[in-house]
Amino acid sequence: MQKQSVFTSRWLPWLLIAPQMAIVLAFFYWPAAQAVLQSFLMQDAFGLSTVFVRFENYKELLSEPDYFAAILRTFVFAFAIALSSLSLALLLAVMADKPLRGVALYRTLLIWPYAVAPPVAGVLWVFMLNPSLGVIAHGLRALGIDWNPLLDGNQAALLIILAAAWKQISYNFLFFLAGLQSIPKSVFEAAAIDGARPMRRFWTVTFPLLSPTIFFLIVVNIVYAFFDTFGIIDTMTRGGPAKATETLVYKVYSDGLLGGNLGGSAAQSVILMGIVIVLTGIQFRFVERKVTY
Amino acid sequence: MVEREGIRRYVAHAVLWAGIAVVAFPVYLAFVASTQDNAAIANGQMSLLPGSHFLETYYRTIFVGTSGTTREPVGMMLLNSFVMAMSIALGKIAISILSAYAIVFFRFPFRMTVFWIVFITLMLPVEVRIYPTYKVAADLHLLDSYAGLALPLIASATATLLFRQFFMTVPDELLEASRIDGAGPFRFFKDTLLPLSRTNMAALFVILFIYGWNQYLWPLLITTRDDMQTIQVGIRKMIVTSDALTEWPVVMATSILAMLPPVAVVVLMQKLFVRGLVETEK
Repeated sequence: MQKQSVFTSRWLPWLLIAPQMAIVLAFFYWPAAQAVLQSFLMQDAFGLSTVFVRFENYKELLSEPDYFAAILRTFVFAFAIALSSLSLALLLAVMADKPLRGVALYRTLLIWPYAVAPPVAGVLWVFMLNPSLGVIAHGLRALGIDWNPLLDGNQAALLIILAAAWKQISYNFLFFLAGLQSIPKSVFEAAAIDGARPMRRFWTVTFPLLSPTIFFLIVVNIVYAFFDTFGIIDTMTRGGPAKATETLVYKVYSDGLLGGNLGGSAAQSVILMGIVIVLTGIQFRFVERKVTY
Repeated sequence: MVEREGIRRYVAHAVLWAGIAVVAFPVYLAFVASTQDNAAIANGQMSLLPGSHFLETYYRTIFVGTSGTTREPVGMMLLNSFVMAMSIALGKIAISILSAYAIVFFRFPFRMTVFWIVFITLMLPVEVRIYPTYKVAADLHLLDSYAGLALPLIASATATLLFRQFFMTVPDELLEASRIDGAGPFRFFKDTLLPLSRTNMAALFVILFIYGWNQYLWPLLITTRDDMQTIQVGIRKMIVTSDALTEWPVVMATSILAMLPPVAVVVLMQKLFVRGLVETEK
């Protein structure tokens, strides 16, 4: 698609794009290229000489059991966060889509957590579930559950998933509600006249028509779980106990803090870039369909 | 429809209120904690109703800060976060609208190359290229500066694509009409395009302000001085690993203060927010 009527100037367009180009080149392409380049290099212990080692850094990284565990863990987190947050949000959106009094108020009261920053979400949940002073932790203890996420890795992981899913409900709710409202009501009426009960109507009419939104949200939620959970993890568990909550992004961060292995750290970044590119590619495919109905 | 709607409606109301309770409870608890005495909280004796220390805690949080860990009043952190969020939102809108204008309304060599160079940045969040970006910022002497906080987060394409899409829908006749009136590229931009883009800019501003305000990993790396901390980074530093030393009322008051501006933006500018969110995700 092109405009028929345009301006012609030799220098003006370049002047207009110059600020964005400068920033994008300096803070995006240059660092990304550096990461790719570094990932093929290896430094000696004193940082005096660098050799080109091809895929050596990647091989080393992928043979590290820690790294493999982090990949697996990140996917488990992403799956758990997406599933819990999406199902709760869908339930709420279906309810809010009914002709109820006060729907606008419900919507407002459900979407504001979008604006809560991940580290703040982490602090809120860590406070409720802190083993010695948390209100909910006391309740769990009273029920006879041995709640101590500071020592138990699985409980720490659950903590992260809860906080991350909680924060994402509002986003998913908003998109589900928009998706539901774009389905013509006549479709439901037709199904109702055909004698389909509400539950059946949901699974045979609503759910399939909502599938583009669902696919779109699954991808967004996975990206969210991969990258935006950093703040939650850092305030809640700092990757511990014993790396039980260390995701791929958190590992890049904490390995980098230790310094040392530049090549390995760069290889981690490049693998993450690869994952994002694949996810974005999938998202673009589904976004096309999202707008069609 | 045809079934007994009455009961279903009650169920829907009940489910929605339950959802609101789940969503709001952690924040309510944080507010309650921020109005209580630290000793009571540390003993696990916290009441579920607001206490009497509201003014005292918030005054101390904003103007004094915690006694041990951060040494910086939260008022300063709020200011830093505000400057960062505003620079990111306004900076991104400014550079994006200019480059989208060039890409849509001019013909020049490598126009599509430029478009693709910008477009590809859509893919990689700052988290995946964090240390190389840090090195660039350090080499440019941007550590502990507002420019360092904002610039790397401006480098992405969402806003440019949005403006491009919008500019494409502007009818050719508008450009021809203003040409006949003798307007050059500057006048057309200022008198025609900018006024038309107002709603888009506002929606984008709302989203970008929240995005900027809530940044965490980048400010964590690039600021080392206490007086350059943003509020999100400050909160983490207030939590001490040994629970006994953490001043929970101050931490919770800081959390409340940290979420107040973006939540207010979402609630008060809900229409623009929803529009911005849906448009930037396309």
